[in-house]
This record gives sequence, structure tokens and C-alpha cells, in this order.
Amino acid sequence: MAGAAPSTAARSRSGKTEVASAGLQESRLVRIFLIAVALLFICVVLILPLITVFEQAFRKGADVFIAAITEPDALSAIRLTLITALIAVPCNTIFGVAAAWAISKFRFRGKQVLVTLIDLPFAISPVISGLIFVLLFGAKGFFGPFFIERDIPIIFAVPGIVLATIFVTFPFVARELIPIMQAQGNQEEEAAVSLGANGWTIFRRVTLPNIKWGLMYGIILCNARAMGEFGAVSVVSGHIRGQTNTIPLHVEILYNEYQFAASFAVASLLVLLALVTLAVKGYAERKHEQARLDIEPQGGS
Amino acid sequence: MYIEVKELVKTFNGHKASDRISFGIRKGSLVGLLGPSGGGKTTILRMLAGLETPDSGEIYIDGKLVNDVPPQKRGIGFVFQNYALFRHMTVFDNIAFGLTVQRRKKQEIRERVTELLELTGLTGLERRYPNQLSGGQRQRVAFARALAPEPQLLLLDEPFAAIDAKVRKELRAWLRSTIERIGITTLFVTHDQEEAVEVADEIMIVNGGRIEQYGTPYEIYKHPQTPFVAGFIGESQLLDDPGSLTGYEDVKAGSKAIIRPEFTEVGHYGELSAPHAAQAGQVQNVMFRGNSWQVEVRCGHHTIHAYRSLEQKQLKPGDDVWVLIHRLYLFDDGESYVVENAKKRSEAAATLTHSAAL
Repeated sequence: MAGAAPSTAARSRSGKTEVASAGLQESRLVRIFLIAVALLFICVVLILPLITVFEQAFRKGADVFIAAITEPDALSAIRLTLITALIAVPCNTIFGVAAAWAISKFRFRGKQVLVTLIDLPFAISPVISGLIFVLLFGAKGFFGPFFIERDIPIIFAVPGIVLATIFVTFPFVARELIPIMQAQGNQEEEAAVSLGANGWTIFRRVTLPNIKWGLMYGIILCNARAMGEFGAVSVVSGHIRGQTNTIPLHVEILYNEYQFAASFAVASLLVLLALVTLAVKGYAERKHEQARLDIEPQGGS
Repeated sequence: MYIEVKELVKTFNGHKASDRISFGIRKGSLVGLLGPSGGGKTTILRMLAGLETPDSGEIYIDGKLVNDVPPQKRGIGFVFQNYALFRHMTVFDNIAFGLTVQRRKKQEIRERVTELLELTGLTGLERRYPNQLSGGQRQRVAFARALAPEPQLLLLDEPFAAIDAKVRKELRAWLRSTIERIGITTLFVTHDQEEAVEVADEIMIVNGGRIEQYGTPYEIYKHPQTPFVAGFIGESQLLDDPGSLTGYEDVKAGSKAIIRPEFTEVGHYGELSAPHAAQAGQVQNVMFRGNSWQVEVRCGHHTIHAYRSLEQKQLKPGDDVWVLIHRLYLFDDGESYVVENAKKRSEAAATLTHSAAL
């Protein structure tokens, strides 16, 4: 009897757990309903628009599609978008790494202010971001007359578009790196210093390899935003066809002119970019996650 | 003196981590910085390595003022508490790092790393990454990495803190013998007195940003200069009013004393070596300590701890016993001295041989 008692108790306990976990299970009908709602939502909000873009783009056939993206104005918009990203992304990468390095590895006055300032572009509406530059560099702006006198166009020209893009995509790299670098601390850098390495060697051989996946992730996000930015760029661009139109602006113009097929054809380029970004992002994120997990056993044991 | 530190001050947000510290260390010695956490041990180490800049004071290494020498140029090996291994580098690359930044020849690097792998017993693990190693192995990689550029001084910050107790014991003996073999001047930080006594030739007791005492472990145990040291090294217990104890009637009132369990004898009247110098008491508690009994005895208003051999008859709480206190440390106006039991001193040779055995 004495031996049987605990086993009965164990059985009843395990029985209870089963009941408990069964209690968490909804009935079949409810489950199907909930899954269906979720799927429907994803389809309507995410997948359908994606398909629509391509469906609309090819509605009038591949010829129209190709013509739409190879006409001079479209090519010019693509070129400008690439140039903008090519300038803005490296700038913000360098800035982001420098800011993250300073914030995570050093103690200094006004650090918290800097962290907050980095987030500023996220907090401001892109239209306002664009306006800031118009106010600064416009004909009646603060710096405007200086540049206009010297015949250097900023607003309604490429420099303005680049500046607005840099401003809007400013936080991406830094935001991505700061938490990683803070979690890693600076012990490895100190070890490198005590082994005789100078600043550049430490950055290249110790810091950079530790943050590379996070950095990659930040650059990808920064690039996606730089190419896709509409609001801020729209304000400073002036929408001069073949000169100051980026892809998003070109799409809008075509759409407003009822050239739906052409508009969606150009838009599909941005969608493709988004898909590539997602794929690379997924890969970088996985690697980044792994790298983060690698910190655990070393610090934890 | 190989290392000479003068009046070193370092303050963190108003907290004095180093309060006018001065000391000298001979070349080739193995010194343990011992003290409670937050006492300033690591700060001293980091200032020596150049990872922290002192607010004032001077550091000389080998006769040269190094205050303005950057850490890269000091030629100091540093082993960090969590080892700070380069996580994306293999064991080989970790150890080779200090040599590659010096742009040594490939062949030379390979030879030196192989030699260190052998020295640290890591041969065969050179392709592994830090996260594929055990705690003890990581510590040895950190050790090998610090030694690779052939530093003149090795600093270790809590080298055994992150290792489990069993491996720790092994590693201590290994580290000591390896350092002796290489003959490198070494400073290590620990908060574990057993570790300090076991590994170090000399111990520096650091507390509250000051050095309480510096000497060999035996000296420090035998002649603690401050109540803090007496309390920190060995097992000890603080007694107020030592004048009320048998044999210490001459002690000035108001002074404080520290006694150690190994200074006391407890037992029935006939068992003691000098029973006339003992006082009566009652057993409060008896604890088994693995190799002896620890007996807690109430004598008047004192509670005294003593060890009792397992060979002797077991005592039980409530037993009436006698307690003999051979000696105690007395602290009086910042002075410290050892006071022997006065009643015992008049005794014959038998007692002397006994206390000599202690």
C-alpha cells in the first residue's frame, strides 16, 4: 500500500497536466477559424498588394513593362536613386559605426543627448525632414543665398535629395550597432590594447568582426530606406523629370498621369528591392543571432 | 625594486578606488592582491597595465616612469577575469594576436604559438573557437595569449573566479608551477584567501583603496598588522573586553582582541595541556568540519570557537568544559601585537613544546 500511494499520486499528477494542456487547446473549429483569420489578414494586407504590383505591371504585356523601365526618364530616376543610395549609405555607415563606437566604448558628457539625437529622424515626419532642408538651403533659407551666389544648387537638385536621404536614414546603422556593442563591452578591445594593438588594428581585427552581421543588417535597412524614401525627397526634389526624380517620385508621377502599367512596372523594381532586402536581412539576422548567442557561453560560464 | 608605485590615487565618481597607494615589487616575485570585492585590487592592476589613468601618483617599471607610456608599449601581459578571448578567432589566432600586431615572421609566430600550446597543454585545440572550450581551457588560452609577446610583467585579474571549484584547484597548482618555470614577475588579484596563500609568494592585502599589509602569507598570518587583516586572513573572531579571560588579566580595558580557533584548546579539565590557564565554559554547539569538530563554547559573556580532534571524545551541547586560549592578537591605538597566555608562561617545558607545535 505504502509503495502504491506515491505512484498513484504521480499518475494523478501527470493526469492533471494532461488535462491542463488539453485545457489550453481550443476546439478544432475555433483553431481553424483563428488560423483562417490570420491567413486572410496576411493575404489581404501583405501578399495581395505584392501580387497586384506585378499583375498590374505586366497587365499590358512584357513589352510595355520593359518600355516603362527603359524609357529615359525611368532610367534617369533609377540612376538618381542609385547615386543617392551610393552616397547616403556609406556616409551613414561611417557615421553609424563611429557613433556606436563612441557611445558604447567610452564615457563622456552628453552621451544620452547624442543617443536621443540619433533617433530624431525617426521621430520627425519625413515631410518635415524635407522642409528643414528647404528652410536651410532654399532661396530665402539660412545657407541658401551663400550657395545660390556661388551657383551651387542644393534644393530642387541632387545635393538636396542626397542630404534629405542622409537625414532620414541617419539612425539605421547606429541604432543597430549600439545595443550589440554595449552587450559585448570593451574587454576584447582592452585585451587587444594590452597585446600591443593600435586603434585601427583593434577596430579592424577585433571590433569589426564582432559586429559585422549587425552592421550588415543596419546597412541593408539603411539602403532599403534610402532607395524607397518618398516624403522628404519629394519636398526637396522639385520633381523635374529626367533630372531630380527618384524611383518613388517617378512612380507617383506616372500614376498621377494614369499610366498605371508603367507606374506599376517601375514600382515593381522597388518591390523587387524590398524582397531582396528581406532575403539578405533574414540571412544577416540569423548570422547575427548566432553571433549573439556566442557571447553567452563565454560571459556566462 | 622592479615595480615601484608611489602615492597612486584614483577616484571613480567620488569613490576612492585607490587612496595614495605605494608599494614595491621585486623582479620575479609572484604577488597576490587579496581583499574584499570593491576594495580597489583590480583598479591597481588596471593602472599598472595602463588601462586606467591614475589621478595622481607615479608608476615605475624597471626604473622607468610609465605614467605616459600607452598600454600598448608597456610590455605587460594581462589576463582578464572573463578572459576576453577574441570570440571570432581560433585558439591559434588568439594566442598569435600579440605577435601578429608586431608583424613577426609567420614561421616565428607558428613556433612561438606551438611552444605556448605545449606549455599550456592545449595542443590539438588550436582550431577551436573560444565558445567550444571549457572554462579551464579558456583560461589557459588567455594565459598563453598574454604570454605570447614575452611580456616582462604578467597581471591576472581574478584568474580563477569563473572556474568551478574542482578544476580551480588543479589550475592553481599548474599556474603556480608554470609561472615559476618561466620566472616572470606576476601580480594576480583574488578575493579568496585560500587561493592567495596557495599561489602567491607574497600577499598584498588591499581594502578600501589602501594596502593594509604586504608580506609572505605566513608573516601575514602570524603578525597581522591591522584588525582587518587579522579578520580577513584565517578564521578569526573579534572579542571585546579580553581582560576578562583567564591568562589575560593584565590587558588594558577597552582594547580589542582577535582569536583564532587554532589558538584555543577545548576539553575536559584533564585533557588540556595547561588546565590552570583555562576557564570553565559550557558547550553551545558542535559542528563537524570534515577533519575536526568545531566547538562553540560559552565562557561568561564570551562565545569562543575552538577545534577538537576527531580522535578525542565527542562533546555534546550542554557539556561542562574548559577552554584554554594560548594567545590572542591585541589591537590598541592602531598598534597590533601578540599576547601569550600569562598563566601558561609560568608553566614548564611541556607547554612550550605544545605551543611550538601550533
